[in-house]
Amino acid sequence: MFLLDAFRLAFRALGRNKMRSLLTMLGMIIGVGAVIAVIGIGQGAAAKAQEQLAAMGSNMLFVGSGSVNRYGLNVGGFSTKTLVLADARAIARECPSVSTAAPGVQTGQQVVFANQNWATQVMGTEPQYFEVRNWPFARGTSFSEEDVTQSATVAVLGDTVRKYLFGSANPIGETIRIGTLPFKVVGVLAPKGISAGSNQDQDDVIFAPLTTVQKKLLGQEWLRWIMVSATSRDSSYVAQKQIVSLLRDRHKTRPGAPDDFVVRNMADLADAAAEQGQVMTTLLTIVAGVALLVGGIGIMNIMLVSVTERTREIGVRMAVGATEEDVRRQFLLEAVVLGLIGGTVGIAFGIASSYTVSDLLEWPILIPPYAVAASTLFAIAIALFFGFYPARKASQLNPIEALRYE
Amino acid sequence: MGVASASPSSALAANPPAAPLVQVRDVRKTYLLGETEVHALRGISLRIEGGEFLAIMGASGSGKSTFMNILGCLDRPTSGQYLLEGTDVSGLTKRELAHIRNQKIGFVFQGFNLLGRTTALENTELPMLYSRIARKERESRARDALTLVGLGDRLHHFPSQMSGGQQQRVAIARALVNQPRILLADEPTGNLDSRTSVEVMEIFQKLNASGLTIILVTHEPDIARFTQRQIVFRDGHIRRDDPVSSPLSAGEVLKTMPTIED
Repeated sequence: MFLLDAFRLAFRALGRNKMRSLLTMLGMIIGVGAVIAVIGIGQGAAAKAQEQLAAMGSNMLFVGSGSVNRYGLNVGGFSTKTLVLADARAIARECPSVSTAAPGVQTGQQVVFANQNWATQVMGTEPQYFEVRNWPFARGTSFSEEDVTQSATVAVLGDTVRKYLFGSANPIGETIRIGTLPFKVVGVLAPKGISAGSNQDQDDVIFAPLTTVQKKLLGQEWLRWIMVSATSRDSSYVAQKQIVSLLRDRHKTRPGAPDDFVVRNMADLADAAAEQGQVMTTLLTIVAGVALLVGGIGIMNIMLVSVTERTREIGVRMAVGATEEDVRRQFLLEAVVLGLIGGTVGIAFGIASSYTVSDLLEWPILIPPYAVAASTLFAIAIALFFGFYPARKASQLNPIEALRYE
Repeated sequence: MGVASASPSSALAANPPAAPLVQVRDVRKTYLLGETEVHALRGISLRIEGGEFLAIMGASGSGKSTFMNILGCLDRPTSGQYLLEGTDVSGLTKRELAHIRNQKIGFVFQGFNLLGRTTALENTELPMLYSRIARKERESRARDALTLVGLGDRLHHFPSQMSGGQQQRVAIARALVNQPRILLADEPTGNLDSRTSVEVMEIFQKLNASGLTIILVTHEPDIARFTQRQIVFRDGHIRRDDPVSSPLSAGEVLKTMPTIED
């Protein structure tokens, strides 16, 4: 028999029991759909996390003041006062794997321009901060090192703050009020978006010279954090070790005593995020695989019923000259068509559902072509595997008995 | 295909024209029913020439159905020889037997055995599906066969839309479509009323007149009288093998029968 005729035959046989074929395919549809959706959402989330971490600077390290544990009471992070400007200078000078270090403090403040006001974080830092964060300016420039030494009241706006205070107007040269002090706007940063780690709007921020914020807004000498960039992504782990040992040395921490600061490595975060994504994808793929297996068993079940129902038909076909191969192929093709249609609809269903999820969660979707090809092949393989036994059973029927079957 | 030796030309070359269409020599068939042996055929020898129209008769259990299955290459004898056009087919593989059924034998059954929800035309095309014939030719040959049995105007009817007699004629068209050497009819009139039965016999007589060999299994003596030779089976043996002295003409009989409107 020609293959084309065999396919036509398979489609017609399945078309005679539309409801049954549809229900049988449902297993495949759900299985393949789940595989595609899981891969699409998982890969998309992983890619997004990687991208965000890369945008933060994968060779970046964050040094924060530590938590204080006094009489068994932990008063939370950023509460030690031991991290100082000299530490930042020492890190930049003495750690070979560090290229730049930017010291910083921060405070929540109400900012006002004309009749607009907005509550935001004011960061005090030095000009190299923007270099460490790899953060370009949309307008104007950074404040200068001279501004830092003179504690000048100048400010750089994050994009969110600019939007709320100025709308479409040009803020450069305008004077805003932070707390009670007037600041002149010298620059506006390009938007950076939501941070991958903390889910915070990174653009909801104002930068001012370190000394200005320390003296005029906070009245404190110590630092809250130091942003460090390592010479490369690979050297960030070495840089981390160098910073830890340098700061312990400078803070005269006794061996065995806990650090009075924390160091977070962005490369670490990226690796952890990637690994977490991998584990999730593996787990969900196993679940989806089980769904496919159940779909395959559904195909086998319905094919066995079909073989029994059509015993006489098989007898007639054999009597007029169908060989065992012809009969086997006919039933195998029906199973494959079930798997193939189920798989194709499943792919469409999977893509549709991942885009729905992406719309709801604002997650990007990444469905690699290999996943589509692999799940189609897998659907066919499952159909072949589970269709083989019923098809063989049909081909082994004795035509004389099959013709007499009631 | 491996059955090239069964093609008519080589059969003729091996056995000069004298070779009969069917030559059966001491064929036995033994079934194992649980632990007891059932001897369905106990040594059948028979010779059928091309162009014969014969009836095989006998009570149920006489072995006539078993013999029919062997003649139709649906079954193989336990021992003995079955020469079809001079070629021994008793030792062929299942695959080769399927090819012979496809090319040389046409089956007509008591229960018609048409595929449901499949048109008369497609039912008739069925044997050609298994002989790799292109779609166009399949359709035109099926159309011709259906026209031959008087169903040229019912090509696209489903079995459920046709009377028993019409269904049996579709089955005959299906049996003829690959131009077989033998038409095997197993109780073809068993499910039909008497007038329709005679109509079917009329078709058989016409086909036989044009040279087709027809072997009919029946237990109705009335039907056997339309054939030219009667073979009676009993207990796995041939009891009688006689020519029919004066075969009835189905066409003549039909004229004497009242027409039934259906």
